[in-house]
Amino acid sequence: MKVPVRWAWWEAVLWIALLASPLVFRERALLINEIAIVALFAVSLDLILGFTGIVSLGHAAFFGMGAYAAALFAKLVMPDPLVGLLVAIGVSTLLGAVCSMTIIRGSDLTRLMVTLGVGLILAELANKLDWLTGGADGLQGVIMGPLLGRFEFDLYGQTSALYSLLVLFLLFVLARHLVNSPFGATLKAIRDNRLRAMAIGIPVTQRIALVYTIAAGMAGAAGGLLAQTSGFASLDVFEFHRSADVMLVLVVGGTGWLYGGVAGALVFTLLQNFISSITPQYWTFWIGLFLVVLVQVGRERLLRPWTWWSVLRSGGSK
Amino acid sequence: MLTLLFDGIAYGMLLFILAVGLAVTMGLMNFINLAHGAFAMAGGYITVLLMQRAGVPFLACLPLAFLGSALLGAVLERTLYRPLYNKPHLDQVLFSIGLTFMAVAATDYFIGSSQQIIQLPEWLKGRTELGEGAWMLGMGHYRLFIIAVCAALTVALQYVLTKTRFGSRLRASVDDQRVAAGLGINVNIVFLATFAVGSGLAGLGGALGAEVLGLDPTFPLKFMIYFLIVVAVGGTSSITGPLLAALLLGVADVAGKYYIPKLGGFIVYSLMIAILIWRPQGLFVRQGGKS
Repeated sequence: MKVPVRWAWWEAVLWIALLASPLVFRERALLINEIAIVALFAVSLDLILGFTGIVSLGHAAFFGMGAYAAALFAKLVMPDPLVGLLVAIGVSTLLGAVCSMTIIRGSDLTRLMVTLGVGLILAELANKLDWLTGGADGLQGVIMGPLLGRFEFDLYGQTSALYSLLVLFLLFVLARHLVNSPFGATLKAIRDNRLRAMAIGIPVTQRIALVYTIAAGMAGAAGGLLAQTSGFASLDVFEFHRSADVMLVLVVGGTGWLYGGVAGALVFTLLQNFISSITPQYWTFWIGLFLVVLVQVGRERLLRPWTWWSVLRSGGSK
Repeated sequence: MLTLLFDGIAYGMLLFILAVGLAVTMGLMNFINLAHGAFAMAGGYITVLLMQRAGVPFLACLPLAFLGSALLGAVLERTLYRPLYNKPHLDQVLFSIGLTFMAVAATDYFIGSSQQIIQLPEWLKGRTELGEGAWMLGMGHYRLFIIAVCAALTVALQYVLTKTRFGSRLRASVDDQRVAAGLGINVNIVFLATFAVGSGLAGLGGALGAEVLGLDPTFPLKFMIYFLIVVAVGGTSSITGPLLAALLLGVADVAGKYYIPKLGGFIVYSLMIAILIWRPQGLFVRQGGKS
């Protein structure tokens, strides 16, 4: 196996800054926790959307699965967060392995439908199995034990934020290794041209199934973190909104680039907080408007305003 | 039993009218339009507002709902949709989700989030019962009306598609856009007209369905999956495919919700996934068309 691409200095600075942020901005720790969770979720989507080119509208299925798994495990079996997180990852990885069979065949539309359908089925299940999940009221009474037996999850969220950031960091390193490995190279080949990838002997089906499973596990970790740090799991985790939002997060930051998920999470969460503090009820309008403008302008160009005019001119002459 | 089947068929016909525009535009332009429900909602709200605020009779509202949504569709097609036809599917999905979110929030803001109620005229309110016992057939007049209107529309659509010049142009464009353009068909105009009519039909469906499906600002999100099921299962190459898919979906949904209410939408979604795994291109695909 090739030695992974070396870490650049700015990456180290970024991660130190991120990990230090809950200590510096103490009163913002809850927000930082949220950003870390969204970032992890977005990075997991990036593996399948950005690197493999599969458009999924049901990624929240794994997020929600992880959230419910972690919450139920803490409530019914034991309150240790690390074991709970592993269980959440395990359960959603299993789910991902099962679902990966559904996305292998068919066109973009078929895949879109199937991923959407899986999310809806799980939401429906969580709603109807109310003896287990609490139904529409959400799963209440989840009490988490202290982290490593020492650090309590408190109301201010400093422990939560550090915990989420560390998990994000670990899984990010894993994802980084993955996409820089020969395995990652085959994924990109599949994204760019599936037929040619098949022709040079890449086992396309198996690779797609594998990366989908891994991404599901990571999304489950993000969901597990959310349930653990908030001590609550509700139907909201399966909502269509979540799948759409995480796609937006990734697109804002840039697909096919792992830091895109992190950057997007930062921008999106802050933006969402800002807008919803102005219009709590109608912030989806502005998110929608943002999406429309983003696509109309071109998503590669939005972050590079200096290219707007030149491309607009050449676009006009086309 | 028969009543259930009847209700299912009415529901399915309604879904067909709502989704047929989506099927045709998706086949024509290979554009994944998740915002189709927004046009249906527009039609529904046009009807509700006209009836409540202006006192227009129900029957007169239906063509207005069609025209209003068609106009909206034409304007949006010309301004926002057209630049995206050649973009990747991800862009189209993002754009149409954005449009849907905007429609939901804007409706909520201007009209309010409560469910809208349509006052049906007296002659549509009754119910006729035929036969007796287990084979009793109870037909709500309004559902009968829906079936009649939708059947007439289906026949008209089929006629336009197969017998008229516009229909043959449309089919040519669906089969191969470049060759059609090469033969002198103005594909852009065909697109525009199809999109407008498709949106108009969705608006009409929304108006007709407001009483049956319920109308509130989350309508586009709630029924998006149903439209997509009809299109994905029925295929996009004909209108009989979506019609059969819509009927199947309607009957399955009504029967499922009646016999096993605990499972709710579960049956429909599982059925869809099973069908799509089995036949990824849809159940009713014409052989030989361009995939």
